[in-house]
Amino acid sequence: MTTTTAPTPEVPATVTAPRRRRGAPSPVRRAEQRSAWAMAAPALIGLLLFLGIPTLLAFGLSFTNARLISPSGPSFVGVENYTRAFSNDPTFVRSLLNTFYFAAVVVPVQSALGLGLAVLVNQKIRGVNIFRTIFFVPVVTSIVVVSILWTFLYQEDGLINSILGTLTGGAFTGQAWLQEPGTAMPAIIVLSMWQAVGFHMVIWLAGLQTIPAELYDAAKVDGATARDQFRYVTWPGLRPTLVFVAVTITIAALGLFVQIDVMTRGGPLDSTGTIIFHAVQQGFRQQEVGYGAAISLIFFVLVLAVSLLQRRLTREK
Amino acid sequence: MATTVARRRTVKPGERRSAWRAYLGMSLLSIFFLFPVVFMIVSSLKPDTQIFEDVSGLKAFAPVGDISLDNYSGVFDRVPALRFLVNSIFVTALIVLFGLIVNSMAGFALSRMRWRGRKIIFALVIATLILPFETIALPLVFWVSKLPWIGFDGAVPHFETGWLNSYHVQVLPFVANAFSIFLFAQYFSSIPKSLDEAARVDGAGWFMIYRKLIVPLSGPAFATVAILTFLPAWNSYLWPLMVVQEESKRPVMIGVQYFQQLAPAWGEIMAYSTLITIPVLVFFLAFQRSFVSSIAATGVKG
Repeated sequence: MTTTTAPTPEVPATVTAPRRRRGAPSPVRRAEQRSAWAMAAPALIGLLLFLGIPTLLAFGLSFTNARLISPSGPSFVGVENYTRAFSNDPTFVRSLLNTFYFAAVVVPVQSALGLGLAVLVNQKIRGVNIFRTIFFVPVVTSIVVVSILWTFLYQEDGLINSILGTLTGGAFTGQAWLQEPGTAMPAIIVLSMWQAVGFHMVIWLAGLQTIPAELYDAAKVDGATARDQFRYVTWPGLRPTLVFVAVTITIAALGLFVQIDVMTRGGPLDSTGTIIFHAVQQGFRQQEVGYGAAISLIFFVLVLAVSLLQRRLTREK
Repeated sequence: MATTVARRRTVKPGERRSAWRAYLGMSLLSIFFLFPVVFMIVSSLKPDTQIFEDVSGLKAFAPVGDISLDNYSGVFDRVPALRFLVNSIFVTALIVLFGLIVNSMAGFALSRMRWRGRKIIFALVIATLILPFETIALPLVFWVSKLPWIGFDGAVPHFETGWLNSYHVQVLPFVANAFSIFLFAQYFSSIPKSLDEAARVDGAGWFMIYRKLIVPLSGPAFATVAILTFLPAWNSYLWPLMVVQEESKRPVMIGVQYFQQLAPAWGEIMAYSTLITIPVLVFFLAFQRSFVSSIAATGVKG
């Protein structure tokens, strides 16, 4: 496209739509159509079978009393599952609130920490790559392993208490973090951020590197301090990244499940149950798949709302 | 700190100081990000009593004292760990392999060929990206428990109902992947279309163009998709939890539950955790550049 050989009037790329032939397509075009469908078919069938149909099923089942294994078929119960969730199932409401609590802390804190790490490893100093790799190690560690590992760290006679005890010169006596309703969720928040923040560091880093170096040079010439540079050059350039990071963290936070299932099973006293954990408890462990589907859809509505918000925020620009 | 006179001329003292500060900060953070992993690996070599003795000092992070591989042999004795590992390797390899083939073909058709319905199909594929797996997991369990399959009694084929407790239930739902299709389509469309036309003039069919022309030019796209499918497949937990009750078909992450149900033997838990983490970690360290850029590629959606 950059080769300007002849001074012919330039046609914007958008106007050159694919040639459209009216009437019967030529045999060559028909062959292309057939090949295209044949090549796309395996993936499309897969998406239809394992994504399309289950999505429709989620809607359908959520209006029934279907059970996972049942001799009799499901029967239609209207919106009963939804009314049950909000007015007849305190554990669900509690799970919803727990999930919001988790998201409300994790979204801002993890976004900020990810940005902090990215700024740190974006410096042009020797060996910085090693640190990037180190900060990324938890991301490639399975969340199941991370959860089991931190379960041990959080024990009353575990590593966290011993570290805190040493740091405070023995003033801190230690507690079983996951057994106290007040500390269980904060404990899970810490390990979740520990595991995922490297991921968002990488996203932020990609955003940082789109900002042209000349802008920094110009700012330096004008005598801008490091803080000024961040405030007036870096931050405005990061807006799209900010929206993306905040949205991905929110969606992941709303789907919190593995940590809960491995570490606390929703306890103590329902203080760590989440939407998806409750959906699995009801839909799978209690076999009430109709009710579980309704909870999953409530979760989806939340995700959808966040995604639509993202759309609006990025389109404004 | 600022007394290195010889260097003064090239590096301003302020910059040197801030570099040292950066190193100090990053080193402290490194400790924070690495200590659980180091503790896991080190503890996997110690008997339980020593793990608890060492926990109160720096010895918790050093392979000292009664070091042995006993926990590892314990893991294989008490739990079918080898079975779980083989299952996970098998399932993960199939998901990655089939995924690369199926999704790259679809990406090719969607980005380089002209056919009716292409635009609407592409839009639909992209639209599915908004659906988190958790939304459809439960209906999907319900659905696969009703799907038919051809089983074998020795050599005699017969129809079965339900996919539960099988390998295919762990593989097939994850082969077609909208995000992989999107990445392939995006990469393929950056290759000049004139190549296809030239090949067509020479009489090459579309599959031939895909196989002999586009695939060899698209190594980075295949690497990215392979890495992005490998991680969730290996780490898969929620899905096998629900659809695989049969011990002989279970993957590694479900194996963790076994140790929770047994009397807590932390040394063995650490050994098992190390065992299922190290392969991924080694793989990551070997291909870290591709890993990081693949993960960063998930950000291009925004």
